[in-house]
Amino acid sequence: MAITLTTAAADRVRKFLDNRGKGVGLRLGVKTSGCSGMAYTLEFSDEILPEDLTFESHGVTVLIDPKSLAYLDGTELDYAKEGLNEGFKFSNPNVKDSCGCGESFTV
Amino acid sequence: MALLQISEPGKSAAPHQHRLAVGIDLGTTNSLVATVRSGLAVVLSDEEGHALLPSVVRYLPGGNVTVGLSAQAQQSGDPQNTLVSVKRFMGRGVHDIADIGLYPYRFVDAPGMVQLNTAGGIKNPVEISAEILRALKIRAEKSLNGELAGAVITVPAYFDEAQRQATKDAATLAGINVLRLLNEPTAAAIAYGLDNAAEGVFVIYDLGGGTFDVSVLRLSRGVFEVLATNGDSALGGDDFDRRVFCWMLEKAQLPPVGPEDTRLLLTKAREAKEQLSTRSEAHITGVLSGGDVINLTLDNATFTELTQHLVGKTLAPTRKALRDAGIAIEDVQGVVMVGGATRIPQIQRAVAEFFKQEPLNNLDPDKVVALGAAIQANVLVGNKDETDLLLLDVIPLSLGLETMGGLTEKIIARNSTIPVARAQEFTTFKDGQTAMSIHVAQGERELVSDCRSLARFELRGIPPMAAGAARVRVTFQVDADGLLSVSAREQTSGVEAHVTVKPSYGLGDDEIAAMLQSSFSHAAEDREARALREAQVEADQLLATIRAALEQDGDALLDAAERDALESSMTALQSALASAERDAITHAASALNRASETFAARRMDASIARALTGRKIDDLKV
Repeated sequence: MAITLTTAAADRVRKFLDNRGKGVGLRLGVKTSGCSGMAYTLEFSDEILPEDLTFESHGVTVLIDPKSLAYLDGTELDYAKEGLNEGFKFSNPNVKDSCGCGESFTV
Repeated sequence: MALLQISEPGKSAAPHQHRLAVGIDLGTTNSLVATVRSGLAVVLSDEEGHALLPSVVRYLPGGNVTVGLSAQAQQSGDPQNTLVSVKRFMGRGVHDIADIGLYPYRFVDAPGMVQLNTAGGIKNPVEISAEILRALKIRAEKSLNGELAGAVITVPAYFDEAQRQATKDAATLAGINVLRLLNEPTAAAIAYGLDNAAEGVFVIYDLGGGTFDVSVLRLSRGVFEVLATNGDSALGGDDFDRRVFCWMLEKAQLPPVGPEDTRLLLTKAREAKEQLSTRSEAHITGVLSGGDVINLTLDNATFTELTQHLVGKTLAPTRKALRDAGIAIEDVQGVVMVGGATRIPQIQRAVAEFFKQEPLNNLDPDKVVALGAAIQANVLVGNKDETDLLLLDVIPLSLGLETMGGLTEKIIARNSTIPVARAQEFTTFKDGQTAMSIHVAQGERELVSDCRSLARFELRGIPPMAAGAARVRVTFQVDADGLLSVSAREQTSGVEAHVTVKPSYGLGDDEIAAMLQSSFSHAAEDREARALREAQVEADQLLATIRAALEQDGDALLDAAERDALESSMTALQSALASAERDAITHAASALNRASETFAARRMDASIARALTGRKIDDLKV
């Protein structure tokens, strides 16, 4: 059971957390919505909740609630550039199908 | 696979519903677009990595338009259709542009905003600016992979209603939803996070390519207030290039050069200037079209000497802005450097010396305004908890309306913070007056003809009443973007009318400066003019009243001699009015007043008699 970050992703997360000036880590999650069932959430976190599971990856603390972990276990978070756009990319082995743009998915 | 950004806690957007917002610095020379990605403000570059989009638009026959570097490259080859510095024309008429002769464009003298005849047809500055904004919008949507929810666009702090409205119109034309217009100095302060400080006074020193602006901001309880602005609309980094250019001509003993060589040498001058920001000397080499070879070395000391007076020219408006704001140098908590030319070490030194502190310069001075706008846009679009940051700005020149005799009644004073609403009551001037014309003007002078006319509208349907009985409440409201709406409501009948000031053109910064200057230097003259107008208005009113009374009761209450005496006093006042001498008018008016006293007394008696006739005493008890 784990969530990992590539070094590129971890470098970015550290930079963004530094710029923000506060926060205990990066919170990943899923919520049900979108055209294909579920969607990722990616947020700064200012507190660790009692039910949270935490992972350390390249110096970044990743927080996730147990329900979301069921859908995200084994996910690797990368930072990528596509043309002029750039951002975080989920590689989730649990995904069976996703919508055209990949913003929502089914497992 | 979609690329995601890190949101604030609890602010994750549903898929396909990201609130994409950008900040746009729509500049005279260059424009930029910035956004906040994962909490960090970044400027968005084009495919080649250029962050700055030259604010240049070229119209080609057949309706094609190019914007930015490709348009700029054609500037010398196709000057009439390649439009630069269009920001200077925003919201302005042909007569507002003092140096119109210096531009190679085919201006069209139309009422309202200036228009330019191009290969692509007749274009106005709003349409031209919209092309720049459209290019930035396309860049932003490619970079963010989605449609923009909105943008914050920056404008100079001194932009008046017309110029702000023109900027908003340009954005609408480009299909951009304007979240807010933000003053450039305020945006720079936000980029440096100065809004997180508790309180303090900050100075924003903005030396761009062709303009210099200095603003004094006060932050108190999380709110920014622009205390004062000043500047020089014809001073910028280009002037430093020109000084080096002249030095080159002199040193190399060159005869006057043609346009092509001028361009080459100016480019060399700019390169030398930029090198001197990091090195102690710059080598200038080049070959002119006539075969002359240039090989010069410019050291920092010489460059400093050449441009000393230009640096000095920025300090005078800085001093004035501080004085306007009533702020001493010791009270300035921080100085923010904006604009590429502030990279010049000599300017950094002069500013540090002037303010007795090191200026803030760790952000790219070309980008700070766009970055601050992006941070504000990110808050406004709902990606961050709305802090209590309200961003108050000020009105650059007083807003008011015309009263009888062409006088200006100021409703909202200069430097009032916005948003603001002020109301004042006015009344009718004549008996039975059923309409009132409201003329909205902006400026500091006493006579409305010396101020800038912004809008006119009429309040109709006032019930006929005696002069002075109607109560018309006129409300001036300026929203957070600095846009003005005026409404008038007659209180007894409830009739109302209003106008949103969307004037065809407005004032420029130099015009504002000139108008302020003239209001100070003409203060005595203006007071005299005002006194004269007031005397004239009073005299007119007196004559009208007596004329009406004579018509009504003259035959019944006056004999021929009395009537002659009164009428000759009236004639005397009329000729005094024609002389436009205040003392003569007041003397003749008081003479007429005295001459009409008997008549007035008799009219009073007569009307009382009429009121009492045929009534019992009991009826009169109240």
